[in-house]
Amino acid sequence: MSSAPPAVKAERGVLTKKGLAADHPTWCPGCGDFAVLAAYYKTIEKLGLPQQNIVTLAGIGCSSRFPYFVNTHGGHFIHGRSLPFASGVSLGRDDLHVFVFGGDGDGFSIGGNHLDHAGRKNFRMTYVIMDNFVYGLTKKQTSPTSPPGFKSKTDPWGAFDRPTNPMRKLLSSGATFVARTHATQIKHMMEMYERAVQHDGFSVIEVLSECVEFYKGAFDAGNPRKGGAFEVIDETEHDVTDMAAALALAEEPWPGPFGVYFQKEVPTKNELEKELIEKTREKIGGKSDRDLLQATFASMR
Amino acid sequence: MPSNSTTLNPAGEQTIRDAVIRLAGNSQDGIQSIGGFLARLAGRSAQEVMTYMTIPSTISGGPSIFQVRMGTGEVLSAGDEADFLLAFYQHSYDGHIGFLKEGGVLLYDSDHVEPDPQDHRFVKVGVPISALTVEALGGSSREKGKNLFALGLLARIFKLDVEKLRLIFKERFGGKAEDVLRNVNLAFDAGFSYPIDNVLDRYYSFQVSSDDSTQQVTMDGNTALTLGLITAGVRYGAGYPITPWSSIMEMLRQQLPKYGGVFVQAEDELAAVSMAIGFSYAGRLAVTGSSGPGISLKMEALGWATMAELPLIVVNVQRGGPSTGLPTNVEQSDLLQAIYGSHGDCPRVVLAAQNVEDCFYTALEACRIAQEYSVPVFILSDMSLASRIEAFDEPDLDALMVEPTLDLEDRPQGYKPYDLSRITRHAPPGSWVEGGVFPQVTGLEHDESGHPSGNPQMHVSMMNKRREKILALAKSLPPSQIFGDDSGEVLVVGWGSTWGPIREAVIRELDRGRKIGHLQIRHLNPLPGDLEEIFQRYATILVVEMNDRGLYGYGQLATLLRGKLCNPAIQSLAKTDGLTFKISEIMRGIEQHCPLAASAE
Repeated sequence: MSSAPPAVKAERGVLTKKGLAADHPTWCPGCGDFAVLAAYYKTIEKLGLPQQNIVTLAGIGCSSRFPYFVNTHGGHFIHGRSLPFASGVSLGRDDLHVFVFGGDGDGFSIGGNHLDHAGRKNFRMTYVIMDNFVYGLTKKQTSPTSPPGFKSKTDPWGAFDRPTNPMRKLLSSGATFVARTHATQIKHMMEMYERAVQHDGFSVIEVLSECVEFYKGAFDAGNPRKGGAFEVIDETEHDVTDMAAALALAEEPWPGPFGVYFQKEVPTKNELEKELIEKTREKIGGKSDRDLLQATFASMR
Repeated sequence: MPSNSTTLNPAGEQTIRDAVIRLAGNSQDGIQSIGGFLARLAGRSAQEVMTYMTIPSTISGGPSIFQVRMGTGEVLSAGDEADFLLAFYQHSYDGHIGFLKEGGVLLYDSDHVEPDPQDHRFVKVGVPISALTVEALGGSSREKGKNLFALGLLARIFKLDVEKLRLIFKERFGGKAEDVLRNVNLAFDAGFSYPIDNVLDRYYSFQVSSDDSTQQVTMDGNTALTLGLITAGVRYGAGYPITPWSSIMEMLRQQLPKYGGVFVQAEDELAAVSMAIGFSYAGRLAVTGSSGPGISLKMEALGWATMAELPLIVVNVQRGGPSTGLPTNVEQSDLLQAIYGSHGDCPRVVLAAQNVEDCFYTALEACRIAQEYSVPVFILSDMSLASRIEAFDEPDLDALMVEPTLDLEDRPQGYKPYDLSRITRHAPPGSWVEGGVFPQVTGLEHDESGHPSGNPQMHVSMMNKRREKILALAKSLPPSQIFGDDSGEVLVVGWGSTWGPIREAVIRELDRGRKIGHLQIRHLNPLPGDLEEIFQRYATILVVEMNDRGLYGYGQLATLLRGKLCNPAIQSLAKTDGLTFKISEIMRGIEQHCPLAASAE
């Protein structure tokens, strides 16, 4: 039940920031990712999940250093493959709560194909994409979400490749919970986390998280304190189960709306595989592994 | 047959020890299935059997052969030459008559084949197979069933056990529509009752096997490998389709749910290996696999598994390379990739299976090592093992079966996931750590707690840790087993599926009076520790393998052995024609490197 409602509450462990903090983050001062991390601590504390059953996983990138800063079982995998890695963890163990953190390069560029398949297969997990529109760890190259005209070391004259539309990409992947938030809006971010965790399936959140070093001010347009507008989706108007309406929201001009774009209950891969096992075992009369294998060998005599 | 005949009975019956029967036709003619029936029958008759097949890499159709060697006593290879050729078409005759032994029997479909009337080297037996099959089945113009008609002919010629064959048909076709099994029997009966003695002057019968005590099972190498994984407790895995690995993943996908497990067909090779590593991180023994091109794609993630020190089984059913190469041919050109394929110094374990039975036991051993040393283990098989059928003693499951475990024990206060003083085991999520500091598992160089460390001394120490456990495994390996002379002129060294033809070549060389031994290396990384001493006892070490001699004149294992042992006696016999070694090719190679006459003087 990786991101399904928690069946078991924490019995031991300290689910406060004190108990959940590990290494001091290596991020630059002012980085948006600090807020993403703080909101994660608070969400875990609020939900009271058993600490040893929380898994914090990541790929490669600035944001993917995340697991080292969280005192849970952690895994820092290779670039772009955090989703299939996490899918194995999720399918392998029904008792774990699987969280994956990563950036726009990890999610939309090198790992883009995995997003499409994790979405359509609907693995139980929560995936947070900390989108900063730039490659930060490698020091300012164009990212798949860099807007046209963005000057980077690989496009000093201004990027001209059309950027990925993150929400359109996430929606078309088949993900069953798709939301968007802003790292400066802690309360909203926590609400999105909480709803994502409670969603039974592949839940994904794009967090606009500013890189103060290489793309300062990138998300000011969505930050009221910087003169922008943080427009939250009104769910009395927007039907979150309506894919066409969600896609229409994804086409709205920058900075676009924040909140839950889409949510639908669809059987998870975890559940479908479990059903397959149950049906198969019923058909064979619940034979022991040894008897099953013996019968297979007998058929080859 | 003639060469190993023992008696000639007056009743026109010749007792033979073994026979090589080559069936040549098109891939849609069902020659694979009659080959399979023959193999299963041999297995059930306590006979040894080995098969060899070629499949065109086209989707449907095209020339194809199935060769069965069956008999009493040890059958080591599928045979260089056929005693018996069954040719369905002119192209089958043209393409394969060269493989028929002089004095051998050519059985052909006289509706399609016209043998060279000037060629008197063979016993030629023409039967209008197509017409008679159509007649027997009541006018199907598609000539379906002529494979079974031919099997009927073979059953008569070789005095096969018809009752056992009928039981095999029933098992194979019993679940289908009633008329399917009826047509099978009709076609078979028509072939069996054909008056073959009008054109052939004798029947052949196999020597009765003296050993009837053990139950045999008959299967191909991919099936044996899959069953080995299940026996060893593998319940999770992920893969992506590629020839010739696909049949392993298909079987795992179909079988594992019965055992409460999951096998995922992933979106690509990168996802497949990553998912398998995810299973492993979650505490489940897991497998991924592929063939060369897919293994190349998995390499980065495999490096992570070495760094993170997780157990993982990786199967490579090798085919011809490089690149897309020869998808349906055999080669052993992925050895160095298996050992060194990831970036950085990335030690892991590499084992190679020697025959179909060994695919089963190698899988068991790989799983044991992966868990004991918390390390990725490669199992190298190849195209020839994947699809060939052999009979072997049914494994004793009560002794071999391993129950899968999930270790979620509490870890003590101060638990270090990468303790430098010992071989560590992964603590999967769900396990509590006293004191509440949870481990990180990472591909970054790390300290004993799993947190990143750029400390130069720590990198050296962790590198030692990952290397030393592989060397600890090397120390635990059993002594190398040498067949034949334990010192002398030449030691033939091989790995993987070359076991059969090398053994047979060495037996023939021993018969010729040569002082020769055979060593098949199954632990390729780490190598056994006793090779240096063994190699010193022979004048020449000839390493036989199906890969290229490379830029410096040595095949891949030969290169490794020369590098490790600096022994100039190590020579290389390598080839890349995409076919298994013939016994004669190995004998020629031995002669070339070590002329018998010269050494006898």
